[in-house]
Amino acid sequence: MKSLEELAAIRDKMQNVVNLRSEASDCTRIVVGMATCGIAAGARPVLKAFSDGIQEKGIKDVMVIQEGCIGLCQYEPVVEVITPGKEKVTYVNMTSEKAAEVIEQHIIGGNVVTKYTINSAM
Amino acid sequence: MFPEISLNILDVVQNSICARASLVEITVSIDTTADTLTVIIMDDGCGMSEAELSRAVDPFYTTRTTRKYGFGVPFFKAASEMTGGSFEISSEEGEGTYIKAVFVLSHIDRMPLGDMTGTLISLINANCRIDFSYNYSVDEKRFSLDTRQLRAILGSVPLNIPEVTGYITRYLEENTAEVNGGIKY
Repeated sequence: MKSLEELAAIRDKMQNVVNLRSEASDCTRIVVGMATCGIAAGARPVLKAFSDGIQEKGIKDVMVIQEGCIGLCQYEPVVEVITPGKEKVTYVNMTSEKAAEVIEQHIIGGNVVTKYTINSAM
Repeated sequence: MFPEISLNILDVVQNSICARASLVEITVSIDTTADTLTVIIMDDGCGMSEAELSRAVDPFYTTRTTRKYGFGVPFFKAASEMTGGSFEISSEEGEGTYIKAVFVLSHIDRMPLGDMTGTLISLINANCRIDFSYNYSVDEKRFSLDTRQLRAILGSVPLNIPEVTGYITRYLEENTAEVNGGIKY
């Protein structure tokens, strides 16, 4: 049985390295819809792609959060990117591949991937 | 309907999150003698009144404002009942809600348990203010994961950094495999 001792070692290593997550007010929030419609359409791998991607690239001041129904069930999986001071961006019909692109171009690069937004879908 | 039980669990736990739970306990126990797979989800959220509780299993009842239907609880109930199993839900306003779904293990319509690791990692990483306690057992073999214990060890180190997510993933996968003893549920 894998035990918890390894975790103590991780704590010792990361204690001084980790910059504690700043409070929600200055973070960019990546909100993944996780209601029944979202889950059925494949939101779990999309959440994983964002969560893993943010972690791997060590992107700071970004929080990945789950939400319930956003009200756009036919466009699920839906991901909203909310950056303080900027207009909310709603990505629709998301997949884990598109998530990787959004991380690269929007989260890191600052350019909205318009072809995946709801404005392009409608 | 979902192709695996782990997605039903991910869905129903969203209700606990909406109910502002601070602790969600998820138990999956497989009993090969009784031929059952039982899922219990218990939270300490705001709970429901008797009127709300009586309508919780109705797909046309929901407290959200974006749509007029809610399938999470009804789907979970249908999934367990179509295997010849059972479903119960109880709640106490101000205390929390309790759900127990019993699936008949060998029934052809019993969908696989699926990727519980994926569901748990999603929940832990996207809800940093909520604690999750997971208990998994197949007959006498069991293991558990409690984020309160993890936080106690990690101190100021957050749960959703790669090193910790990697650790939790391996912990869940290895322990699940050991308890399963080679069988995929």
